[in-house]
Amino acid sequence: MSLLEIENLSLTIGDTPILRGVELSVAPGEVMGLVGESGSGKSMTALTVMRLLPHAARAAGRVTFDGIDILAATEDQMCALRGDDIGMVFQEPMTALNPVKTIGEQVAEGIRWHTRATRADAEQRARRMLDRVGLPEAKFPLSRYPHELSGGQRQRVVIAIACALKPKLLIADEPTTALDVVLQAQILDLLRDLVAESRMGLLLISHDLAVVTEMSDRITILRHGEVMESGDTARTLSEQLHPYTRQLALASMHVPARARPHGAESSQPLLQVEGVTRDYAGRRVSLFRRAPDIRAVDDVSLSMAPGQSVALVGRSGCGKSTLARMILALDRPSSGTIRFRGETITGKSEPELKPARRDMQVVFQDPYGSFDPRQKVEKLVAEPLHVLEKKPTRAERREMVAHALHEVGLGQGDMDKYPHEFSGGQRQRLSIARAIITRPKLVVADEPVSALDVSIRAQILDLFAELNHKLGIAYLFITHDLTVARAITDEVLVMHEGRIVERGKTSEVLDHPQSEAAKALVAAAPDLHRAIARRMQEQG
Amino acid sequence: MIAYLLKRLAIALATLILASIVVFAVLEILPGDPARLMLGMNASADQIELLRDQMGLNAPLIWRYLHWAGGLLSLDFGRSYTYSVPVIDLVRERLAVSLPLALIALALSTVIAIPVGLFSASRRGRAGDTISMGAAQLGVAVPNFWFALMLIYVFAVWLRLVPAGGFPGWSAGIWPALKSLLLPAVALALPQAAILARVTRSALIEVLNEDYIRTARAKGLPYRTVLWRHALRNAMIPVLTILGLQFAFLLAGTIIIENVFYLPGLGRLVFQAITQRDLIVVESVVMLLVAAVIAVNLLVDFSYAAVDPRLRSRS
Amino acid sequence: MTLHIDIPEETLGGILAKAFRNTAFLTGFVISVLILLMAATSYVWTPYDVTKLVIADKTQGPSLAHWFGTDHFGRDILSMVMVGARNSIAVALVAVGIGMGVGVPLGAFAAARGGLVDEALMRINDLVFAFPALLSAIMITAIFGPGAVNAIIAIGIFNIPVFARVARAGALAIWPREFILAARAAGKSSTQITIEHVLPNIATLLLVQGTIQFALGILAEAGLSYLGLGAQPPMPSWGRMLFDAQTRMVAAPWMAIFPGMAIVVTVLGLNLLGDGIADILDPKSRRQR
Repeated sequence: MSLLEIENLSLTIGDTPILRGVELSVAPGEVMGLVGESGSGKSMTALTVMRLLPHAARAAGRVTFDGIDILAATEDQMCALRGDDIGMVFQEPMTALNPVKTIGEQVAEGIRWHTRATRADAEQRARRMLDRVGLPEAKFPLSRYPHELSGGQRQRVVIAIACALKPKLLIADEPTTALDVVLQAQILDLLRDLVAESRMGLLLISHDLAVVTEMSDRITILRHGEVMESGDTARTLSEQLHPYTRQLALASMHVPARARPHGAESSQPLLQVEGVTRDYAGRRVSLFRRAPDIRAVDDVSLSMAPGQSVALVGRSGCGKSTLARMILALDRPSSGTIRFRGETITGKSEPELKPARRDMQVVFQDPYGSFDPRQKVEKLVAEPLHVLEKKPTRAERREMVAHALHEVGLGQGDMDKYPHEFSGGQRQRLSIARAIITRPKLVVADEPVSALDVSIRAQILDLFAELNHKLGIAYLFITHDLTVARAITDEVLVMHEGRIVERGKTSEVLDHPQSEAAKALVAAAPDLHRAIARRMQEQG
Repeated sequence: MIAYLLKRLAIALATLILASIVVFAVLEILPGDPARLMLGMNASADQIELLRDQMGLNAPLIWRYLHWAGGLLSLDFGRSYTYSVPVIDLVRERLAVSLPLALIALALSTVIAIPVGLFSASRRGRAGDTISMGAAQLGVAVPNFWFALMLIYVFAVWLRLVPAGGFPGWSAGIWPALKSLLLPAVALALPQAAILARVTRSALIEVLNEDYIRTARAKGLPYRTVLWRHALRNAMIPVLTILGLQFAFLLAGTIIIENVFYLPGLGRLVFQAITQRDLIVVESVVMLLVAAVIAVNLLVDFSYAAVDPRLRSRS
Repeated sequence: MTLHIDIPEETLGGILAKAFRNTAFLTGFVISVLILLMAATSYVWTPYDVTKLVIADKTQGPSLAHWFGTDHFGRDILSMVMVGARNSIAVALVAVGIGMGVGVPLGAFAAARGGLVDEALMRINDLVFAFPALLSAIMITAIFGPGAVNAIIAIGIFNIPVFARVARAGALAIWPREFILAARAAGKSSTQITIEHVLPNIATLLLVQGTIQFALGILAEAGLSYLGLGAQPPMPSWGRMLFDAQTRMVAAPWMAIFPGMAIVVTVLGLNLLGDGIADILDPKSRRQR
């Protein structure tokens, strides 16, 4: 007997069809993984079960939870179910909690509402729940406010709210997407334990095939609002009967073909970072006193050869983005020097930096935020030409933009479009076109593929590999994703709390990590191969 | 939190000092010699010079400023040239009209606007929302003094329910005094209420789109409970900001409204003092009104800290 | 407080199509155009000469000859309302110009520089905000005497901190964006970035604030000329007409009703226009539907 049974569910918002004939079931105590790329309708499926859809949404079909017809239930009936029998965890922990209420109030609120418990009783239960999710009283009293907690801690509070009344079904919608790999592993462990303890059914929604494989008994693969394939996790992924399943699995494990690394050992290093430290002034505590300075980057030294591809990996907040900004001369080190092509760039004024800027460019994470929506592609891609000594004429400029677009696989006609006319993957190509238009020697890429769907991610990684080979550009990849590092870099630097704690050949560091930080990263990184193997083993 | 409050207090004090310098400087460069004005056209140059000396008008600028500012602090505002009484007495007398008027108007505006905003936001897009926001849109467009004229026409001239203007004084009894403040307060309050209702509604709607509202709904709380317990307090910050600004508008509004209703308040006093070139009165009243605006904004800053724990724990 | 700006990603055609479906925008647009036309017409033609006093026709109610009636000097109220529109629009528009012209660069500069410059500019802003517009108008009038120009200056000065705040808040929301970082990595100076990237992206915000301040300016001008601090007779102004009407409320209510209606309709039109623009250009407000 299923706990949750979704039959032939269709959903439209306004005139747009979102889901078509979705079938899905979760048995008590079972973990069901729902996988799909962005826009596949995963979240809408979850919100349908909670009946928290936007106003304009219309659902048809049948959703039965524990014998109750969800689509026909009254709002009062739904209120009785939500938070009591069905709990939900959301993607974005930073905004999921009310900023003006204490975490104690927010956990106790649902308990009081459903059980009519007294305030004291409810707070006692909330306390036990917070202890259970790993927020002990000593450090996390009920009177804490959300802004005093980190992202991972906030997600634990959200989980405490969802599981406070031991629901029969827990829905987790991308619960770890906003967190780094180590936190992700911790939160997933917590979810797994909670589910096992009280035999909850778990509907785990994720875009990450490896995460879902590690966690779930059965999986359902969704694409464009339709179920492609569903069944036992190990079997589905080992047999890969459906072409889309195979495509997803291949893309998740994709490693671009790369020629031998360029790095000629004899030549002068392209980039030298020597003893660089960056302090940020502490917050003002009172009129006359400041908190001690925060050291974001602590005495970091590194060097890169021309054409070399290096990964800088670490957990979020380890200082890797700050370091990248200093290398790009967008931020000034508190001490230490950075030399680029043998010349010191630290402490130079903007006009003095122009020659250096010509040879180093940047690709950002967010393909949507990195373009001014008010300008056309031609102007956007041509922006770095600003640093050229001789200003190109308009015709020359168009020629150069067309060439750069061609190199990243876009057409000349795309020049006169606005960024919003492109998809996320295409925008990341535009971003790369902008970065290579001045023929730089170094491109710093800050999480360049982590906002992309897996199939697009594979294509962009291929493009990076191709350009590395063709143009001899050196890359500094900033990432928390070890698969990216493994796919495209020769060397890896592991950063932890502002310091570089380990460095070496990529395969060596990732296969045999030495430092604690590197070990933690490697152990936490989801890996599809490993996950499938483990599943097969468990089932014998 | 202490650091935040101290910083706001320091800013308010600095603004107050700067404002006093501005007021003093502006009125220093005013054309027209107050001594000549007091003595009339026929006064001799000697007489004028003597009076200037007595009034301290010949002293150096900085000394005069310090003397004036020091006087303000000890509530010694000097003597009015035209009324020949201490300004503080005039102010005290007029404040007894203006302050109740502004406070009644503020209370009225808040009491009307917040429920209307809540009502409108909770039934967004439905008929009730459309009607109340249409009314608010109209209310924002109505000049308060014209609205006052229309109120006088309907309630004083036509229905004869209240007096058309004037003020009997508090000595005539609370009720007659309040009655003559009623129409002015309504005229002041309604356009402000319209603005406040719109702000309340949009602040609430913005908050209702936040993720934590969904979290609260996922706990099983009904929509109405979520609105009261989670949305309202978060929506208070923009509402408080507007309330603070409105106090300044209400103060300025009293200048016009007191003229419409012939109320012997501060606004009318300052307006008359200007036409009579009664400098000391103008200086004092303007300074008083500016100080009130600054004080109210400080109060708003403090209330942010009460509403928002993120400000409280800055330290 | 931080401001979130959703930048709409649309073509001009899409925006226009949406504008034609937006009732608030359409109504506001039509009203605003009509008022402008009325003011423009008054330069070449009015039903009657507003400077000529015809005592024989004094205080007549609305009729076919005088749609809005006549005042205590026998002047045609409709003609006066038409001419008065010129004054209101001119004062409010120039005041918005002053506010934008000074406030926007100040706000954008403060946001680009940050630190002490920002702090200082914002403190000056606080100072100006401490003087309610009417109060500073009274002070300015006290120095320079009453008149339309002084009304413009007074309202304009009050507009400066309003636009400075909006521009600063908008710019602060744009600066942390990655496309700004990309422009910096391309070696652009903060002035270039402000002109090329920041201002175009906060233009709609400023446009909406502009219509709001325009409407507020009309109200403020009416208030000042009601107190006798604005345009001086014989130049008709809506506020002055209301002042003249006050003592004649019983005998000639039309003298108060029509100029007042003119103010209400104008301000309503401008506010609807502003709401409409905000609605069309802000994807967030659309999501609320």
